[in-house]
Amino acid sequence: MNLIKRKVILRFPPQSGDKPLSYVLVKDYDLRINILKAEVMPGKTGRLLLEMEGLQENLDKGLAFLERHSVECQPMEKRLSFNQNNCINCGNCTAVCFAGALSMNKDTWKLEFNQENCILCELCVKACPLRLFDIDFSE
Amino acid sequence: MSSIKTYQEINDKIRRGEAVVLTAEEVAEMAKTSTPEEIAEKVDVVTTATFGAMCSSGAFINFGHSNPPIRMEKIRLNGVPAYGGLAAVDTYIGATSVNSDRPEYGGAHIIQDLIEGKDVILEAWGKGTDCYPRKHIRTKINKYTVNDMILFNPRNAYQNYNVAVNTTSKTKYTYMGTLLPNMKNATYSTAGELSPLLNDPEFKTIGIGTRIFIGGTTGYVVWPGTQFHTTRPKDENGVPVTNAATLAVIGNLKEMSSEFLQAAYYEKYGVSLFVGIGIPIPVLDVEMAKRVSINNSQIQTSVLDYGTVGQPKLGQVTYEQLRSGEIEVNGQKVRTAPVASLAKAREIADILKGQIQRGEFLLQEPIQMFPSNTSLKPLVEVEIKEEGSAL
Repeated sequence: MNLIKRKVILRFPPQSGDKPLSYVLVKDYDLRINILKAEVMPGKTGRLLLEMEGLQENLDKGLAFLERHSVECQPMEKRLSFNQNNCINCGNCTAVCFAGALSMNKDTWKLEFNQENCILCELCVKACPLRLFDIDFSE
Repeated sequence: MSSIKTYQEINDKIRRGEAVVLTAEEVAEMAKTSTPEEIAEKVDVVTTATFGAMCSSGAFINFGHSNPPIRMEKIRLNGVPAYGGLAAVDTYIGATSVNSDRPEYGGAHIIQDLIEGKDVILEAWGKGTDCYPRKHIRTKINKYTVNDMILFNPRNAYQNYNVAVNTTSKTKYTYMGTLLPNMKNATYSTAGELSPLLNDPEFKTIGIGTRIFIGGTTGYVVWPGTQFHTTRPKDENGVPVTNAATLAVIGNLKEMSSEFLQAAYYEKYGVSLFVGIGIPIPVLDVEMAKRVSINNSQIQTSVLDYGTVGQPKLGQVTYEQLRSGEIEVNGQKVRTAPVASLAKAREIADILKGQIQRGEFLLQEPIQMFPSNTSLKPLVEVEIKEEGSAL
């Protein structure tokens, strides 16, 4: 059986901060979780960029479990846009991308965007002189 | 070194469609198996190119006269200040000009909007004179309504440029991109072996009058660029190891394309303009064949600390090392990233090569060569005694 990896942005309602939801994901659904980015403030909506790895069936169950507990789950790709058509392949974004999502192809010297590696650090948003990235973790 | 080819002979071959044209990258590859003598024999023209952010860019525009006419003394284009001290309806819009209310949109964006045929709002004020009675105008212009739109860039196509790093503990936002603290990255901006002035480091073929590709059309080198510096430290091949000479270039902006002219905004720095320039170099003799054969392992540049005032030099690296993705500075491995587009520069070199092969682009011998032994003066601050003061 193939393990599937997925990055999901979770939005926690203010009252859910005290529940050990990630414990359940690991213990009951056998998911390997990796927190890539977190904004958790007591009494406010919390946000988590979570990488989850497991069987497709367990991933679906885990996400359903989170949603039952009022946690909004959104695939990371939906929060991220890149206007590649207008890219001039200058390389400025690769200077700040340490996750390995943005790199220059060493033959063509064109930009390669490997979304799988993105951790929504958002440094490319400001580094791109043409403003071609739009990543929204905050809303 | 005796000349083996003249401009006339090369142009005759171009007209007949027989000229052998290679890009500077192709000739660098050829040089691995051919001698300079063989290259001089076989190759007629080598095309070079660059596509980088060049702040010293801008455009002259003549709006035409309104009825009644106005002597425009303060001019705004989409709110961006343009020069108001140039006759009644002429202006110069500098690429870096911005209105402080909207720092991310500037002169470069106006230039791009105009090229793309978009309407731009022109607002101008004058004091009103007997012959120019009008005091204010607000209207729309575009590239079809204005008389002239001329790109004139006082300093482009830098011969080599420095590598930027930041040794401080804070991120620095520069025209060389975002420099992360503690030397976590290094950025470089030259097309290396494809770059025009690195293939003719002593300006034997590039001078005043050289016909070039600029912004998608044909233009000219009109003067040595400002800050033209010929006495920087050089390596054993006579190639400067830091930013040195520059070119002043001109071309008809109405004919240009935003494929090769792109507005840019650098966070906490400002607006600039990516300019695409291609320059053909005639292989007149063995000496020029040697020059255009240069490859990235033979071109060096200086690593400067952009985080520290005075930008101290921390080392020297080759373009081959920079392209590998990692350099070593003060014993520390530093990741590299380009901030100028090599892909675009290659596209330009290929386009120019095609134009020359098809007989559409002839070489222009410089009508005057560039000066030698030039250097830069700093701006010295002197004490000013105000007239009528108590001093």
